[in-house]
Amino acid sequence: MTQLPLRAQLAAALGRTAALLSRMTGRGDGSVIGGRVGLLLEPDLLRQLAANRRLALVSATNGKTTTTRLITSALQELGEVATNAFGANMPAGHVTALSQAKDAPYGVLEVDEKYLPEVLDTTGAAVVCLMNLSRDQMDRAAEIWLLAKKWRQALHGRDTHVIANADDPLVAWAAMGASQVTWVSAKQRWREDSWCCPECGGPLDRKDDDWACRECALRRPEPSWFLLENAVIDPQGRTWPLDLQLPGRANESNAAIALATAYAFGVPVERALPRLREVRSVAGRYTTVERDGRVLRLLLAKNPAGWLEAFDVTDPALPIILSVNAQVPDGRDTSWLYDVDYRVLRGRPVYVTGERRYDLALRLHVADVAFQLCPTFGDAVDALPPGRIDVIANYTAFQQIRAEFGRAV
Amino acid sequence: MQSESALRLVWIYPDLLSTYGDQGNVLVLEHRARARGIPVETLHVRSADPVPESGDIYLLGGGEDRPQMLGAERLRRDGGLLRAAERGAVVFAVCAGYQLIGREFCGDEGQPVPGVGLLDVVSVRGQKRAVGELAAEVDPAFGLPTLTGFENHMGVTRLGPGVRPLSRTLVGVGNGDGTEGAYAGRVVGTYLHGPALARNPALADLLLRWVVGDVPPIDDTWYEHLRKERLDTVLSR
Repeated sequence: MTQLPLRAQLAAALGRTAALLSRMTGRGDGSVIGGRVGLLLEPDLLRQLAANRRLALVSATNGKTTTTRLITSALQELGEVATNAFGANMPAGHVTALSQAKDAPYGVLEVDEKYLPEVLDTTGAAVVCLMNLSRDQMDRAAEIWLLAKKWRQALHGRDTHVIANADDPLVAWAAMGASQVTWVSAKQRWREDSWCCPECGGPLDRKDDDWACRECALRRPEPSWFLLENAVIDPQGRTWPLDLQLPGRANESNAAIALATAYAFGVPVERALPRLREVRSVAGRYTTVERDGRVLRLLLAKNPAGWLEAFDVTDPALPIILSVNAQVPDGRDTSWLYDVDYRVLRGRPVYVTGERRYDLALRLHVADVAFQLCPTFGDAVDALPPGRIDVIANYTAFQQIRAEFGRAV
Repeated sequence: MQSESALRLVWIYPDLLSTYGDQGNVLVLEHRARARGIPVETLHVRSADPVPESGDIYLLGGGEDRPQMLGAERLRRDGGLLRAAERGAVVFAVCAGYQLIGREFCGDEGQPVPGVGLLDVVSVRGQKRAVGELAAEVDPAFGLPTLTGFENHMGVTRLGPGVRPLSRTLVGVGNGDGTEGAYAGRVVGTYLHGPALARNPALADLLLRWVVGDVPPIDDTWYEHLRKERLDTVLSR
């Protein structure tokens, strides 16, 4: 697509080789190492790879990987799309994604929340999608008011088309200063981080999806797209039933953002929506695996808002296995367990495992949820009779379960 | 809905000071009181609403710099918490809440911000963020087992003559001088953030005893499993 300078071509090629070696030796999927090698040889590589393509950056606390996948599917209506499908969402991952599809005229990049200002500066992306902000891994992630402020500064006056969730006050406040914004009423179910005005700190009055500050002029921007129950209304007022294969209301929110983004790229809903409906699982999430007659549906939940979304997807009639770790990618602090309302599990057969199962066990005890403690995931599966089982795990616990099934998911 | 016999818990400003599992302290106190047959009434007081003076135990959680400043300003203006504490109510504050019930803490631009003044402590910003497990020996006056929890803050807190340190650190940073937390009468502050009482049920019972007198032992199996796993991991490093 672009004629890269020689140094950048070499850097990109060596990066691809490193990624290939990483995959061949079974060390990883190569998404990160390849980009690191490329950036070492040519620090300006990401800017050069991004030049002359139309890019969308996707950021949020939850739903980044899935929404990136949905937008990518929709934009494939237009041609080849470069994307970091495996969630390597920092600059090294972006370099890998763009150098592996060097002729793709379009790109959809999932971006870690903290890196959004930097990646936006470097790539000069045409479109930015912002979905939600909520508490997440406090021992290493940025505090979210501070994060919203950084987004706001990065977008202020910038000539980027922002597609933003108007229903999330922190996201709306961050996006308001951009020169072009498409507001989507994509809903917000987790509200514990947005009872106060991001502008003045006053109380926010909230009614359904609408919100307004009681003390200053900040209020929800007028949306042009609306999410209803399993349907989206477009700016022309037409209602489109979503009928996604991906389960749960969180994915309906992701789909609403994806449709508005595709529209900004010139893909109308009638062409984008069938593409979205084809997506069944994303990086192992929502997928089912089978062992000895047990059919396990795997759900990933990394933070309190994510657990709320995962409970929405589970079937109250089924037994459920919960697995929690606290390795570095999970956050080493398990305090967040007390932000999840586990009372919804009362009356269900609940099995508790993971490296931090004692933290989870006490949390359930305090919520008066009966459970059985299992030293390993395998013990939990063996303890259950054949049939369907829901599984919710946080990040590394989820990866460990996927690895048990040979990552065939 | 208030009845004379119920234990009244007041959670101060969940809209501003509830960052990461702070609700756990409310849930643990409720659970441990009910296990003894003590009825509980819990009031969540948002920052736009007045703080009632009639509570038995007031709980404050953590928060980012700006919410912490807003919370302190509103609590000072409201005056309800101060009047309740003067009346002898129990106050348990963690992390940013601990700093803001002190005399002064550090604002988002590094400026000193006046606190509520329930504890004779002054907090400034340290050089390095203290993030990780904390273990500490509690003031022997209380006869409590080792404190365990997680800290995540940049504060350095200096204790004045009006308070005593809650504990002495074995692992972790705490106030920054080898001590952790502070107390004066029935007002207790600690850098153990989030659900500090879940890891320290004996401390939860101390707060309850201050209000209702002696409490009988209850089944602490799951608390003890977690305490053992955490303390074994942290103290063997």
